[in-house]
Amino acid sequence: MKKILAVDDSASMRQMVSFTLKKAGFDVTDAKDGSEALGIAKQGTFDAVISDVNMPVMDGITLIRELRALPEYKFTPMLMLTTESGLDKKTEGKAAGATGWIVKPFNPEQLLAVIKKVIR
Amino acid sequence: MSIDLSQFFEVFFEESFEGLDAMEAELLNLEPGDLDSETINTIFRAAHSIKGGSGTFGFNSVADFTHVLETLLDQIRNGERNLETVHVNLLLKSVDCLREMLGALQSEQEPDLTDSNVLKAEFEAILNIEHDDSQASGTNVNAKSLDTYQVDFKPLHHLFKTGNEPLYLFSELADLGECSVSSDLTDLPDIHDIQPDECYLAWTFFVETHEDDKKIKEIFEWVEDDAKIDVTLCGGLFEEDESTPEEASIPEPEVIAKESSPDPGPAKEASIEPAKKPAKTSGESTSIRVGIDKVDSLINMVGELVITQAMLTQLGEGDMTENKQMALKEGLAQLAHNTRDLQESVMRIRMMPISFVFSRFPRLVRDISQKLNKEVELKLIGETTELDKTVMEKISDPMVHLVRNSLDHGLETPEHRIEAGKDPIGKVTLNAFHQGGNIVIEIMDDGNGLNTDKIKSKAIEKGLITDNESMTDDEINELIFMPGFSTADAVSDLSGRGVGMDVVKRNIHALNGSIDVTSERGTGSTFTIRLPLTLAILDGQLVTLGKHTYIVPLISIVESLQVDLKQVNCVGGGVDVLRLRDEYIPILRLFQIFNHTGAIEELDKGLLVIVESDNQKVGLLVDDLLAQQQVVIKSLEANYQKVDGVSGATILGDGRVSLIVDISGLIKLAGLKKAGSQKLAIDNSMLEPG
Repeated sequence: MKKILAVDDSASMRQMVSFTLKKAGFDVTDAKDGSEALGIAKQGTFDAVISDVNMPVMDGITLIRELRALPEYKFTPMLMLTTESGLDKKTEGKAAGATGWIVKPFNPEQLLAVIKKVIR
Repeated sequence: MSIDLSQFFEVFFEESFEGLDAMEAELLNLEPGDLDSETINTIFRAAHSIKGGSGTFGFNSVADFTHVLETLLDQIRNGERNLETVHVNLLLKSVDCLREMLGALQSEQEPDLTDSNVLKAEFEAILNIEHDDSQASGTNVNAKSLDTYQVDFKPLHHLFKTGNEPLYLFSELADLGECSVSSDLTDLPDIHDIQPDECYLAWTFFVETHEDDKKIKEIFEWVEDDAKIDVTLCGGLFEEDESTPEEASIPEPEVIAKESSPDPGPAKEASIEPAKKPAKTSGESTSIRVGIDKVDSLINMVGELVITQAMLTQLGEGDMTENKQMALKEGLAQLAHNTRDLQESVMRIRMMPISFVFSRFPRLVRDISQKLNKEVELKLIGETTELDKTVMEKISDPMVHLVRNSLDHGLETPEHRIEAGKDPIGKVTLNAFHQGGNIVIEIMDDGNGLNTDKIKSKAIEKGLITDNESMTDDEINELIFMPGFSTADAVSDLSGRGVGMDVVKRNIHALNGSIDVTSERGTGSTFTIRLPLTLAILDGQLVTLGKHTYIVPLISIVESLQVDLKQVNCVGGGVDVLRLRDEYIPILRLFQIFNHTGAIEELDKGLLVIVESDNQKVGLLVDDLLAQQQVVIKSLEANYQKVDGVSGATILGDGRVSLIVDISGLIKLAGLKKAGSQKLAIDNSMLEPG
């Protein structure tokens, strides 16, 4: 089973993302901010990371940058969740090493449509 | 795959309300000009999360409204705009408005958008934005990527008759990039009802393409009037730039300009979908947040209980020997210990810090002091003091009333304060702490104190007391809790809401609590509320009356004694009073009140339990005192009906039902009216209900 690390500071989003991904057959671990996610990511390995951008303690872009710097996450797909208006965030995310992005708000089908592009 | 999003609603509402609380608290901390980036970030994040969540879960009215908040906050956060008082006020109003909207949605009602539209317009005036701008559809203008679009294509039934063939459209769509499709069969009728020339199907595509949404819409241009078409950007994967960064960034403004006026519909339409599914399963679930440590300790206790139970079961097998009997006793003691621990842990789950109530006061005080043109400093002490959730929910309104009163009547205007040689800024302090088995909440102000002359004349005017009664200041202050009493000369907007102090007192009594006031002219007043930590369990003294066992709340017992007949006098109305030290204490014969025969009737044969309620002491004549124990309160009203003089019932160890004596109810029932501790009067009007 493919492992995904889902990061969001909002509990409802976290639950929704986890639930959707689990139902689609992924093994999901979640974290409530970048720093927690980084800790978890260092403990084990993940096949993909999905992270919100704006979070307390450590934001999603910093998380992606930090993860990308680790040898074991050099090629791991990482998607960021961002609002449509957050266009500048996309450039920033890309520079940090994000694989792609998912538009917020999204429904479970849309979430899976993008995730399935990077992990099957 | 279909997922019922409504299962996440409750969490969303919970976190949104928490976010709003945080926003409010931070906004109140925020002084214009003094901009702490972490504070503004916290506020921004709260708004951002609510917007994201409400969009995802289909609460578009909330998402739309939060969008303008977020935009303003973002500008402030980025330093594009300075924070002004108007912004803070507007944001605070928006917090209220959002609370109401979310509240309505939580109870599955459509939120009223009047307020939010007004506020939204105010935000837009500040932001000076055109409406269309905010709806700008996202495109990968500055980071090249391979995008995924969701295309919902739902043709009207007559599509074939207009000569259109969906298959052609689909193959054209597939030319744009990798395409996956699922069809929606919900409209498909029974096979007998199918008309071969009607189109019953609808399709959802996910297309991965370099093109933008306009290109996709072009494909469907021909069937626009014969179908419902939604194109939504879902996300994308970044690609290596082929062009140099400079080149890529040049056409940017142009693209934005082109993209800035698309039909705002699609993005929204798609996300409405989840909301349409009614939240069938959402029964009114009120949840409670419990710290993981509390749950862990509970599990720990249960573990021990299981071990003890296993031990006892083992002991119960086979014949009983003396050794076994000893072990059994030990085991039972262990069981008692476990049960007590478990009970405590379970009660702790219901305990929450009083900061949940306290946190609403900074805002309240700010609003009221602005209205009254008074400067007020609010001090909160003991916010971590824990009390039962139910008690907390019920104490909130009385506290609001008391704080309002303190601000309105207690504190003077800055001018008066300066005249009186005080700091122009008035102080209101809320203090909570544990004392014995109770929680004590003090509401203190350093205002003018209660005006005893005014209270007294008002009470005489209202016929609550007679002209020539001599009363101490404390007794006069107590009068404000009498029904039908209100000192405000003019009923002000703030205090005179038809809720008097008597209602405050009644609410607190309903929680088995008490309230009293101490006040000093010129230096301020203190209202002290005492509440039991929990409503579910009571420390009781078991007493006997003939064959019956009653329970007297331990909290109200002052002392128990044997009566010395020489100290007993009979006053008018057939009430005996006991002279105890310097006080005269009326004696109530419980067997009379509860109509029992076979109880001890002579004063010197039984025991007198002196109890106190509302500063009134009475002696209850009982046969004997039994053990003190904690009892679980069962409501009589819920299981039987209200009985005067009895606050509830419980089940004793031997399985019998025992009634819990309601002291203040009993005093009322006996028709004792307190009018100074030296005198005693019988007032028949007190016997009347209400």
